[in-house]
Amino acid sequence: MKIIIFAGAPASGKTSVIYHIIEQMLNESQQICIAKLDCLSSNEHQIYEKLNIPVVVGLSKDLCPDHYLAINLLEIYDWAKDHNSDYLFIETAGLCNRCAPFLESALNLCVIDCVSSIKSPEKLGPMVSTADVIVVTKGDMISQAEREVFNYHVKSINNQAVIIEANGLNGLGCHRIRYLIVNSNDLTTLEGEKLVYSMPKAICSYCVGETRIGQQYQQGMISLIDFNEHESI
Amino acid sequence: MKVFKYLQIKPGLTKTQEPETFECFALEKGKVYTIVGKTGSGKTQLIEDIESLANGSGLTKRTILLDNEIPSDTLRYAPHNQLVSHLSQNMHFILDMLVKDFIELHARCRGVSNCSGQVEKILYHANILCGEKIRATEKLTNLSGGQSRALMIADIAVNSSTPIILIDEIENAGINKLKAVDMLLDNKKIIIIVTHDPLLALSGDQRVVMSNGGISRIMTRSNYEIEILSLLNKSDKVLSNIRNALRQGRSLRGVSTDDLQVILE
Repeated sequence: MKIIIFAGAPASGKTSVIYHIIEQMLNESQQICIAKLDCLSSNEHQIYEKLNIPVVVGLSKDLCPDHYLAINLLEIYDWAKDHNSDYLFIETAGLCNRCAPFLESALNLCVIDCVSSIKSPEKLGPMVSTADVIVVTKGDMISQAEREVFNYHVKSINNQAVIIEANGLNGLGCHRIRYLIVNSNDLTTLEGEKLVYSMPKAICSYCVGETRIGQQYQQGMISLIDFNEHESI
Repeated sequence: MKVFKYLQIKPGLTKTQEPETFECFALEKGKVYTIVGKTGSGKTQLIEDIESLANGSGLTKRTILLDNEIPSDTLRYAPHNQLVSHLSQNMHFILDMLVKDFIELHARCRGVSNCSGQVEKILYHANILCGEKIRATEKLTNLSGGQSRALMIADIAVNSSTPIILIDEIENAGINKLKAVDMLLDNKKIIIIVTHDPLLALSGDQRVVMSNGGISRIMTRSNYEIEILSLLNKSDKVLSNIRNALRQGRSLRGVSTDDLQVILE
């Protein structure tokens, strides 16, 4: 089974891109499953159900959605295996710039919307710097010159990744992503598998549900801004 | 990008799965092709077939050949689109920086060593096309629609390294359309213009008529049409003079009604 993980900021076009890729793969008589991870609610399954493939939605609720993914990876893998899947697509919640919800042996893709992050793909952090493939969407909204500048910028953050321009509205460019997916690693087990990037050490009061602000309510790992060092006028 | 002499399109199917009726259509370098047809007639999909070097397995079942051969998978799935430079419909830059800095940044991205020469060169070309001159120290985002478009065109004319240039709906940009096409014209490149504008539609050596998702006709421009083109060009100039006069706050009393009459006859 091939595992394909999609990360990327909300509204960057992950669902649209995945939809077009799978649509192009449907006539290959291969079994495809998709898992969508989100925080509190998600309606992506309604979109994916149109493809007539098994879809599961995992809502992390009180947990960080990336931790939630890591915790549930084996279960998701087994679920896909029960469906005799050749391909398991995982669409992550994609909202935090601290992490990269990627696996060492999976095909890891990051979708970036070049309109919203044209100046600063580096703000997206490890999601961009550790991806195998970077999918740049909404390129039709900017000029050829800006697109070239943007791609150059992405390349300078992650020069190992393959950069592909794709259009989520009409699926243009998605055939190139499909080609990479079809030719990616086959995994026979997740045993010994590792995340490509460690998750944050999050063990303060707010991790366990505290909502009140103030020192007296804070316990655990408390990290404060050093104003002497980081202030500038 | 692989060097090729001509690109051929082999017929596929329309939206209703009927075969397209042309035999094999070759696009040659140094020529201008226009694509016309109603909205939804399949213009964008045709462009996508060319851009993705369709191998007969796509939606339209069209096949694209380079110099009579089916391109290799390596070329077809090469991540970067090295085949087509796009001049799309957008009329504004979104990068918040100075014109000069942007041109230099773009030059650096492309590995050009003489960045300052690049600014002069591109602005020279851009300012041929637009009414109000673009200054190097202006902000990119403050440029008008016409100025932005002129800068985008100049950039592609000077910098583009792809064998195909695609121009999508250049008409409403408030710039000199024919000069723009002239500037992009290059004997090493295929120019494709998607348009609804009669002036631009006739500026191509051949025009491809789309309907129902398929190529319904491929027409070569006639001598009569070339004459019409020069007439249309004149009328376009009158229109743009009137437009400029109104924009500059002049009344139309100065424009001779005879001139307009000649055009309307």
